[in-house]
Amino acid sequence: MNDEQLLRYSRQILLPDVDIDGQEKLLSSRVLILGLGGLGAPVAMYLAGAGVGHLVLADFDAVDLTNLQRQIIHTTDRIGEPKVTSAAQALRELNPDIQVTCIQERLEGEALHRQLEQVDLVLDCSDNFTTRFELNAACVATGTPLVSGAAVRLEGQVAVFDSRREDSPCYRCLYHTQSEEDLTCSANGVLAPVVGVVGSMQALEAIKLLVGFGTSLTGRLLLFDARHAQWRELKLARDPDCPVCGRR
Amino acid sequence: MITVLFFAQLRDQLGCESVSVNAEGIRNLAELRAHLLEEHPDWQPYLGLESLLLAVNQTLVKLDHVVNSGDEVAFMPPVTGG
Repeated sequence: MNDEQLLRYSRQILLPDVDIDGQEKLLSSRVLILGLGGLGAPVAMYLAGAGVGHLVLADFDAVDLTNLQRQIIHTTDRIGEPKVTSAAQALRELNPDIQVTCIQERLEGEALHRQLEQVDLVLDCSDNFTTRFELNAACVATGTPLVSGAAVRLEGQVAVFDSRREDSPCYRCLYHTQSEEDLTCSANGVLAPVVGVVGSMQALEAIKLLVGFGTSLTGRLLLFDARHAQWRELKLARDPDCPVCGRR
Repeated sequence: MITVLFFAQLRDQLGCESVSVNAEGIRNLAELRAHLLEEHPDWQPYLGLESLLLAVNQTLVKLDHVVNSGDEVAFMPPVTGG
C-alpha cells in the first residue's frame, strides 16, 4: 500500500480485526454485485469505500426517475443511463483506487458461472425469486459464498450461504418453493432506509468474509421489521433433502 | 399451549402479533396452521401462502415439523425485493 492508501483506509486499518493484512485482502478481492438497485446501491458504495479491489457490477436495467427515492448511487442527470455505468461513475468518484467492471445484461447461465469462478464472493441484490434461485444454484455449483439480502415495504431479510462450509445451508434450503409471486419494491412499495439497512448489513458481512474475522451470518437468517423497529434471528440448518445442495 | 408469533407484514395483515393455541390434537405445523385457519377463515389469503417462512423455537423448519406444548412457532412472510 502507498501512503495515500494507508490514509484512505486508516480508520478501518485501525481496527485490530482488519489491520494492514485485512486491508490488503480487501484490495486484492474481486466481488460480484448482482443488481444495482436499492440494495446494490449501498452495497457498492460501502465496498468501494472500503477498498474492495475489483467490483463487478451486473444489471440489465436503466436508471428511472422512480428509482432515485432509494437507489442513491444514481443521480437525476443520469436518468436513462444504464444502472451499471451510472453506478460505476459514482464508485470511481468515491474511490479511484479500485477497479470497476460493468456487465450490462441479465447475467445468467454460462456467463454467470464464468463470473462466479473469478470472484471471492457474490452479493445478491436482485429483486425476484427466479434470479435468486439461479444465482444460488450457481453458487453451490462453483463453491462461491453468497451474501443474500432482500427488502420490500417495511421489512427485510439478510443471510449468508457459504457452500465452502460443509454445514452451510443454501438459499433453496430457506425457500423450498418459488413464491406465488415476486414481491417487488416497484409493485409493493418500500421505504428507502429499509433497503439501506439491509444493503449495509450485506456489505458488512461481505467485508467480514473477505477479511476473515468475526462470526458470519452463515446458518442464520436475520429478519428486520422496520414498522416495529424489531430484529429477529432464526437458525437455518442445511436441508438433507434440498434439491440444490442436498447431494453436495 | 403453543405460542404462535406473526412477523412483519403478516402481523399487520392479521392484526395480531401472537396467539396461544391449545396443543392438544396438533401434531405438526401443517395441523397448527389448519387449526388457525379454521378459527380465522379470513386469515387464509395471508396465512395460507405456500411461501411463508416457518420457525419453531427460533429455528427455520418445514410444514411437516412436529410441534409440542411449550413451543414457540413463528410465521413470516417471504421477502424477495431489492
